[in-house]
Amino acid sequence: MKNVRHLIEPKDLSNSEIMELVNMGIQMEENPQDYVNLCKGKILGSLFFEPSTRTKFSFDSAMLRLGGNLMGFTDVNTTSAKKGESLGDTIKIMGAYTDIIVMRHPKEGAPKLASEYSTIPIINGGDGGHQHPTQTLTDLITIKKYKNTVSNHTIALCGDLKFGRTVHSLIKTLARFNTKKFYLISPKELSLPKSIVNEIKLNYDIEIEETSELEAVMDKIDILYMTRIQKERFFNEEDYIKLKNSYILTNEKIEPAKKDMIIMHPLPRVNEISKEVDDDKRAIYFEQARLGVYVRMALIAKLLGAI
Amino acid sequence: MLTVNGINNGIVIDHIPAGKGPRIFNTLFSAHVNSPVVLLMNVQSKTLGKKDIIKIENEYNFDLNLLGLIDKHITVNIIKNNKLKEKINVVVPKKIKGFIKCKNPRCISHTDDYAIPEFTLISSNGTLKYSCSYCEEITEYKF
Repeated sequence: MKNVRHLIEPKDLSNSEIMELVNMGIQMEENPQDYVNLCKGKILGSLFFEPSTRTKFSFDSAMLRLGGNLMGFTDVNTTSAKKGESLGDTIKIMGAYTDIIVMRHPKEGAPKLASEYSTIPIINGGDGGHQHPTQTLTDLITIKKYKNTVSNHTIALCGDLKFGRTVHSLIKTLARFNTKKFYLISPKELSLPKSIVNEIKLNYDIEIEETSELEAVMDKIDILYMTRIQKERFFNEEDYIKLKNSYILTNEKIEPAKKDMIIMHPLPRVNEISKEVDDDKRAIYFEQARLGVYVRMALIAKLLGAI
Repeated sequence: MLTVNGINNGIVIDHIPAGKGPRIFNTLFSAHVNSPVVLLMNVQSKTLGKKDIIKIENEYNFDLNLLGLIDKHITVNIIKNNKLKEKINVVVPKKIKGFIKCKNPRCISHTDDYAIPEFTLISSNGTLKYSCSYCEEITEYKF
């Protein structure tokens, strides 16, 4: 297999490569006209074995803004996978039709398996509750743009920290950039896996405080990262219903927060952020989704060797 | 007292914790071995109290990794021309492929035949803990 770069998890990129993508994304956002032909003639294979709105369309938008084309599916029932074709075979075929692949899959580790059979770059667009590295890049470009640096912040991650793949990817990556402190706010049933907490404690000198009280830390944080309690990750509807209303952010709750604190969310939200919060200038989650297009443009261009 | 002769050529798997011999025998040999094999159970041992022993003649190819997974006390003696050629103390394998199934029901390895995960040892204090190369979930291995 020839030497091809993939993005399966954030650690596939060095710190300097991550910052290169973030900075390139900001440049692309500021001067989009300079990049309209960067990937002309290239095709993005968009393989969504599981539903997605933001990730799918932001990759589509990114490729189109680079002058490339795309093909793929969003309904696995229309593919040979439904007939029992292995992922490796699907990837070999798509590798012949496209130049780069973004895939989302409900099974954890599926993109890594795909990368073992691929001759073209594979981008993990989310695999079960495991990893979502381009959401992490989206988060980092947003933090960089709104807080000037990705380092030295006190960050609260709130909600489903157990099944939330965005959180797993993000926290491991932020730890690499000298985060000052993490507050992990969740009900006990949805706390961050111990393996991740231990990994960070073992490798970095970062304070970690686990709590179930969001209000108690509100005035101490620079970034509040909210997540949805994900119904699709529960095997049991009863457990989901019990936990889904654990944390709901309202204007009243963010009242004590710093004036320059930012509220982020990977979206989609259900009810964990009240709509009234959308009008607060600290609420930047829609802006976050918009910026994701540009850092994905930078990623596609880099993996295709266009920058 | 029951006595079993030594072998001229082959391997002796010694210091198997008493009772684990049959499973090792079934896993390692039973499907494809035509050579003479003896499985001794509940043999007296100074270090273990009781132990199991497997002797197999004229065979040398087997996976030491599996023995390391079962018990670190197991030793393997390679016999050639009636002499002890090599004594191997098994070690807990740092990486292993094939013997362990990922405990994570959402892991791709349960639904795709191409996905055979490699497990990396992350802890050997008490039970062995391995991380799956696909989903990174930790699986505890017990033989």
